[in-house]
Amino acid sequence: METILHQFLNFEIMQKVLPLLLRGLGTTAYLCALVVPLGLVGGLLVALLSLSRRRVVAWTTIALVDLFRAAPPLVLLILLYSGLPFAGVSLSPTVAVCLAFLCNTSSYYGEIYRAGIESVGRGQWEAARSTGLGGLQALIHVVLPQAVRNVLPDLVSNTIEVVKLTSIASVVSFPELLYSADMARSVTLNSSPVVLAAAIYIALLWPLVRLVGRLERRVAAH
Amino acid sequence: MANGEWSFAFSIRPTTHSALPNPHSPCPIRKGGDAMTAWDRFVETFFKPDLLAQYWPDILRGALVTVEIAAAVVVTGLALGLILAGLRAYRIAVLNALIVIFVDIFRALPPLVAILLIYFGLPSVGIVLPSFVVLWLVLSFVLAAFAEEIFWAGITSTPKGQWEAARSTGLGFTQTLLYVVLPQAVRLGVPPLTNRTIAITKNTALGTVIGVGEILNEATTAQSFTGNATPLMMGAIAYIVLFIPVVAVGRWIETRFAWKRA
Repeated sequence: METILHQFLNFEIMQKVLPLLLRGLGTTAYLCALVVPLGLVGGLLVALLSLSRRRVVAWTTIALVDLFRAAPPLVLLILLYSGLPFAGVSLSPTVAVCLAFLCNTSSYYGEIYRAGIESVGRGQWEAARSTGLGGLQALIHVVLPQAVRNVLPDLVSNTIEVVKLTSIASVVSFPELLYSADMARSVTLNSSPVVLAAAIYIALLWPLVRLVGRLERRVAAH
Repeated sequence: MANGEWSFAFSIRPTTHSALPNPHSPCPIRKGGDAMTAWDRFVETFFKPDLLAQYWPDILRGALVTVEIAAAVVVTGLALGLILAGLRAYRIAVLNALIVIFVDIFRALPPLVAILLIYFGLPSVGIVLPSFVVLWLVLSFVLAAFAEEIFWAGITSTPKGQWEAARSTGLGFTQTLLYVVLPQAVRLGVPPLTNRTIAITKNTALGTVIGVGEILNEATTAQSFTGNATPLMMGAIAYIVLFIPVVAVGRWIETRFAWKRA
């Protein structure tokens, strides 16, 4: 028991590595501030393209979405970060992470938006258009607000997944929370820093996990 | 690292090694007759024929490991999730609190954090688990957490009348749960679970970080040997070949069971 506490809950070590981990947390926050908006906007674009009336556009988009949903994000990241240099294109870790996340998360967000837009009845489109709104106006003012409300739990839940996914950036030496924690672990030869990082992730994401549960019940009640 | 810098256990760096022959960087496209075209360069970098021939057995071996671990994760994860959801129906306060804590932790914790924690942490208290066991356990727990939530939502959405009708025919609580409620809960859970399950099985790629010999691991190893991106490309293609059918089936299940809102 003593060794377990010493190895996993060593408060002395935790205190020592806290500044390093907080810096890592800052980098994680910065990364999230980049990739979540990228995914949300990219996803919307993907959803609109996949609903395009031009079959070629729609099918190409759907094929790409399935391609990026079939490739694990870590594989995409390593291919971009460590494969592209062979073709003479060297990406910084930040750019590589952003690109890999853009491909992966906009596919997932895109599918969610698409389900949302499809859940809004055709009548809404027709009514909006018949009042004189243009296609874009109908989309922005009538269809999207309802679509987003219908799939809000899925959007939040996917955002949690994206935040969790930022931990894979550690694999390409991006100094985010997990990278900092593992660096501290390898220096102190003690697992407490990783436990602390886990606690930070849980403390940050647990409220969101609860929120998703509540949103799901609310949408189900409709 | 040699220069005393802090090293990171699993970082993967670009391996453009100066000692290794990289046919392109010193050889820009020339307009001479023997110059490589852009297409040749592309093929040489990502689809070099002799490397394709040399490394496909490795990638295939990795693919088998990926499939084995993914299958094991799906079976144990879904089973554990179903058992936890069933147990929760008995409404034993302490047990339910534990289940909720387990579920919330594994929904909030990035799987890579759990993998590193278990793989590098447990040996220091005398428990040494092989890396594939660690990967299997962590992904099973993550899937179980999501599955429990989804099955539990199915159990709670079963109308009270179903319970009452079953009990009034003389079935006990456990019998009602097993024969009447859970089958419906499982059916309701199929569409939301499909995509989640696919996403979690793809996380088998995280095993490369602790040296599980799955596709990505074989690919990065081969890449560092050859100094060429072909093995990585082969790895990516192997994943896509494995998972595209799964994603397509998932899409089909989703549309079949789709819950249309008016």
